Amino acid sequence: MSQATVDRTPLETASPRPSTGRLRSWRRNPWRKPRILEAVTWGYIAWSLLPLLVAILISFNQGRSNASIQGGLSLTWWWGDPESLFHDPELHAAIFQSVRLSIATMLIVVPLGVAFALGLDRWHGRGSGVANLTMLLSFVMPEIVLGVAMFLVVAFVLKFIPLGTTAQIVGLVTYQLSYPVIIVRARMLSIGKEYEEAAMDLGAPPRAAIRRILLPLLYPAIFASFAIVFADSLDDFVTVRYLSGPASSEPLSVKIYNFSRGSPTPAINAAATFLLVATTIVIVLAYVGYRAASKGQRREGIDSIAGQI
Amino acid sequence: MFFLLPLYTVVSIAFGTVDPLLRTPIPVWQPWWWTTEHVSEGVDKVFGLFRFVYVRTFVYVVIASAICLVLGYTVAYFVARYADRRKRTLMLVLLISPFWISYLMRMLAWINLLQPDGYLNRLLEFLQLTSTPIGWLEGRSTTVILGLVYGYIPYMILPLYAFLDRIDPNLLEVGRDLGAGPVKTFLRVTLPLSRPGILAGLVIVSLPMFGDYFTNTLLSGSPNTTMIGNLIDDSINTSGQQPEAAVLILILMAILVVPILYYLRSTAKAAEVR
Repeated sequence: MSQATVDRTPLETASPRPSTGRLRSWRRNPWRKPRILEAVTWGYIAWSLLPLLVAILISFNQGRSNASIQGGLSLTWWWGDPESLFHDPELHAAIFQSVRLSIATMLIVVPLGVAFALGLDRWHGRGSGVANLTMLLSFVMPEIVLGVAMFLVVAFVLKFIPLGTTAQIVGLVTYQLSYPVIIVRARMLSIGKEYEEAAMDLGAPPRAAIRRILLPLLYPAIFASFAIVFADSLDDFVTVRYLSGPASSEPLSVKIYNFSRGSPTPAINAAATFLLVATTIVIVLAYVGYRAASKGQRREGIDSIAGQI
Repeated sequence: MFFLLPLYTVVSIAFGTVDPLLRTPIPVWQPWWWTTEHVSEGVDKVFGLFRFVYVRTFVYVVIASAICLVLGYTVAYFVARYADRRKRTLMLVLLISPFWISYLMRMLAWINLLQPDGYLNRLLEFLQLTSTPIGWLEGRSTTVILGLVYGYIPYMILPLYAFLDRIDPNLLEVGRDLGAGPVKTFLRVTLPLSRPGILAGLVIVSLPMFGDYFTNTLLSGSPNTTMIGNLIDDSINTSGQQPEAAVLILILMAILVVPILYYLRSTAKAAEVR
């Protein structure tokens, strides 16, 4: 946190002006407490999170309704009912498909992304600018563009890739690649070149300098990339839906999308809650890894993470 | 490479032909054999049949981005400027949390709340504001815009926060010492300094909205609220219509190319400054 927080004591407030009304002096006082702003902020936070709490609660509904709690809370839609998350064969298979896709994507994307980041960092020639900018594209380009484009490629050009798991992984890798590249490069910028150069001055060959010095320094960024890529692939449904083949290759996110358009049972809420729990666990694990890996290093606060996005 | 191959395929299919028997598109790779049949057909549709969809999408995106900006700015301003350390960390965690909650789940939550017998209608009935349940999910523009705001506003708050947080509080005090009131200080100092944040936030929020089809299908599903994204999604799922989807994608890209380039340029500049 670079700045001192602004914490005003109400010294100046105690200067009543007899000529003006109290409301006026309150309005003109620049150091008054921003109560309205604070109320709006908490109101926003409540508005953004309370619906999710309701959705989680509904997944524990005893009754069939997805609009309100009927007959108390139970695990019916998680475990009990034949249509529940873990017993419905379709949903059950979708869970495994989701996990399989995310893990495969994560394992391919992160090493590839780190390699890209190292390459981009050292490539100063022609075209490096363009390559850099393409990495940012997936932040602002609507996902449907890439999803449709990948579908057209797989369906009509690279016909040897069947629609289904392989195509989905190819699509996810393409879409997710920019996250590790951007995170790792931001980290490299904050580390600077000094450590690596020092290692090489001490006689380490360039490869050893990267492996022994730079990579360990990059571990926090690598952990963060793993978490973000995993969480984002788990939740992705636009790209994955276009690249799905038979119904058995649809992961949980696509199932949620398909079912939500009909009249969903609380099992869909259970599925969504399941994804939420899975991502939360991964994020917490990655945070623990991040803390452990960045021990003794300059630690970046939550502020700088927010700043990078 | 990863991006260019798919994009070139889109172009080739848009300018390509359709197999007359199988109704599958045949991409044409060489520009000199391109046919403009699909493209001109698509452009005609944009100004004819689909005109309302394009206008509607623009209206939705503008309204939703404006709400995102006003609400997001208020929140980001408070957190960056007034929250003390502990409150700031707590609020940031709460503000970032929607990032790892799936978009689908966040829409699903509203599907639950907005059901005819859902909690929102019950609340309204309890407050005597309405006597019959309101069909929120039956193709209302309000619901779709609300869904868009709800879905994308976190992406607005964070860049705004990042820029507002960088403003030196001393500058604001200078403004006041020079005699400006709170309103004037805000308008003349804070607002201009946060302008890059506002623009970045608007681009990050509004561009994905242009390609959004899922918010609409989930919260409305009615042809009254169709957006550009829905057109693309519908045609890609229909056999023989894929060239039209490709053309629609190209038109979408053509609309978005200016803001995308602006965003890329400003980010590149920011990276240089750093």
